Amino acid sequence: MEAQISRDMIVNHRSPPTSSSLQLRDEKEEEEEEEEVEEEVVVKEVEVEKEVEVETLSYKNRFVRVPVGHFWLEGDHHGHSLDSNSFGPVSVGLLHGRASHIIWPPSRWQRIEPTLPKNRGPLEEKEEEEEG
Amino acid sequence: MQVEMFRSVLGKTLGFVGYTVQYGCIAHCAFEYIGEFVVCSGPSMEPTIVNHDIVFCERMTRQLCKIQKGDIIIAKSPFDPNMNICKRVMGLEGDKVCTSSPSDLFKAHTYVPKGQVWLEGDNLRNSNDSRSYGPIPYALIRGRVCLKLWPPHSVGTLSESPTRRIIKTHSDSD
Repeated sequence: MEAQISRDMIVNHRSPPTSSSLQLRDEKEEEEEEEEVEEEVVVKEVEVEKEVEVETLSYKNRFVRVPVGHFWLEGDHHGHSLDSNSFGPVSVGLLHGRASHIIWPPSRWQRIEPTLPKNRGPLEEKEEEEEG
Repeated sequence: MQVEMFRSVLGKTLGFVGYTVQYGCIAHCAFEYIGEFVVCSGPSMEPTIVNHDIVFCERMTRQLCKIQKGDIIIAKSPFDPNMNICKRVMGLEGDKVCTSSPSDLFKAHTYVPKGQVWLEGDNLRNSNDSRSYGPIPYALIRGRVCLKLWPPHSVGTLSESPTRRIIKTHSDSD
């Protein structure tokens, strides 16, 4: 599924996310300030928060323990995405806002629903024997 | 007669609300883009900044990306976005920093990755900083501490790093 936000304008909810609102939902789309290039704003899909294990796609380690107060972000289009698979978990303090709607072009007016792609969720604790 | 009184009270209330909104916006812009007052707590920056000191943290340097090695900065905590930390910048991206403590026999060094900074408290023995959690992204920095405002006997600019762990490179100006 290619990235659907590439040249769309989006409504960006700027109220700071409280930790309680983020804790319960694993799937939300967030904007973050990229660590390397400060001025760029990217829209990604958030996978986890708090201390959980994630299986990565192209990161240096196959399994990563996401520390407290960090997110694991991935773009919908894996091959063409600069995300946590390149620079690792991202601190919640870098979060800019949540992309809630696409407002331009008018043919793509829609509400952006939080969805987690299949098989990309956090690993359960019982899968620990799979750690490399 | 009563309608006129009501109108004048309404007019004055609206005027008051208008002024409040105006000054509120100006105050917000000032705190967001110019500087803010910060009450510091904790022992990690002693003797430069001690518990209950009030400092002025200016935002312009950070907006212009002109934070330098040796600056004391206020940043969002990498583990809790609602908490702030106050540390000194010991290395910018690309700089060599010493990760071992002064008492270690063998010195270890690393290079700070792109887009990140290395922070250390002045009180090395009692500071939880980049030596334990690694470098933090530059974008977490909120501003640079430039003046101490309280207590009255130590008002003024802050001193240089007492720990002498800043590794100077050829490109640094003296």
